[in-house]
Amino acid sequence: MTWVLDHVDQLLSLSAYHLWLALLPLVLGLLIALPLGWVASRYYWARVILVPAAGLLYTIPSLALFVLMPLILGTLILDPLNVQIALTVYTVALLVRVVADALAAVPATVAAAATAMGYRPVGRFFAVDLPLALPVLLAGVRVATVSNISLVSVGSLIGVHGLGQALTEGFQRDNYAEIIAGIVLIVVLALAVDAVLVLVGRVLTPWARIGGRR
Amino acid sequence: MWEWLTNPDNWTKTFGTPGIPQRLAEHLQYTAVAVVIAALIAVPLGAYIGHTGRGGTFVVGMVNAFRALPELGLLILLALSMGVLLAFEAMTITLVLIAVPPMLAGTYAGIRNVDQSAVDAARGMGMREREVLVKVELPNALPLILGALRTATLQVIATASIAAFVSLGGLGRFVVDGLALREFDQMAGGAVLIAALAIVVELVLAGAQWLVVSPGLRAPRSRKRKATT
Repeated sequence: MTWVLDHVDQLLSLSAYHLWLALLPLVLGLLIALPLGWVASRYYWARVILVPAAGLLYTIPSLALFVLMPLILGTLILDPLNVQIALTVYTVALLVRVVADALAAVPATVAAAATAMGYRPVGRFFAVDLPLALPVLLAGVRVATVSNISLVSVGSLIGVHGLGQALTEGFQRDNYAEIIAGIVLIVVLALAVDAVLVLVGRVLTPWARIGGRR
Repeated sequence: MWEWLTNPDNWTKTFGTPGIPQRLAEHLQYTAVAVVIAALIAVPLGAYIGHTGRGGTFVVGMVNAFRALPELGLLILLALSMGVLLAFEAMTITLVLIAVPPMLAGTYAGIRNVDQSAVDAARGMGMREREVLVKVELPNALPLILGALRTATLQVIATASIAAFVSLGGLGRFVVDGLALREFDQMAGGAVLIAALAIVVELVLAGAQWLVVSPGLRAPRSRKRKATT
């Protein structure tokens, strides 16, 4: 415990860096997955290609993907970009299918009514389809967030140090306090961001709170 | 990287250093041991919880909590506290802890989602509770159970590649050693092997699932859903 108290500053800066490493890929991944998922929900041929491809990308273990990034991108082996781009790939792979499923679950009658009221495709997407898909989408984003925050720690095996540094360093120094502090902080970060997402979801879908489910 | 992968020295034991086949065998062994133990724990427990409906909220809560736990932290903590001699056991416990939650959730959800009228019909025909579970609920839940088994296996393969950090073998050895020795072709070669292993295992398991699951359950909808779980 004294070790933790002596190193609060270091742990806080590692936590902040950890979040940066995990959350930037989340935002980028979501921005990429939205149009891809939309295409996959609209066109059967796109779904048949995109969803299995995403599934296959998702099967690649994180350590392998981190190490392969420099070969594909030409980045340096210790560049944090390797971790961030690999996590973006995972986020996209996870969310493409979620977005496609969520959009496909929008009731056809609602979509038809919106079209009849004069919504153009793009307007309808943002004003009708996306809000209705939000609860399912949010569930996917929560899974991606929590797994990203956990996966960043693997990056410390290839020299990209978020809170994973507390784990590897603690192992080398036989320092239990450091390892436990690292684990606890990673879990706390994941749960905290998850709680924020739940809150955001509640604010964005006020209709879900009135009159129960749908 | 291709040079490293195609160099025959790396495929045999040279100067006491194990080659690729041995590392691959270790990786598969770590994975198989953990997946079998986890399945022996998770499938009966999940079937029981799904059949009786007791403890469902506990399962869902536990799965979500475990997802946030960093595998690397768990592995390091157990390896350090159990000591170098028990590193294999420490890793196996870590892998089992990682594999149980998704399998438990999959089995539970699979049993819960079985068409209730089929279960009622089985009872009406005079089946005992055990028979209902074994002859009706489990076969109907098979797609979800096997889907969860695949997810868990892939997570175990991924985590087993980290085992090299706590001085164990497996394909992750090449990545960890490559980084330490600044031999980046070895690192990349190891990464390619890990990725290839994961993809091959996934395809084999998906094929096995297709063979095992009753054709009656191979409805277009369930097939589409299974494709990427």
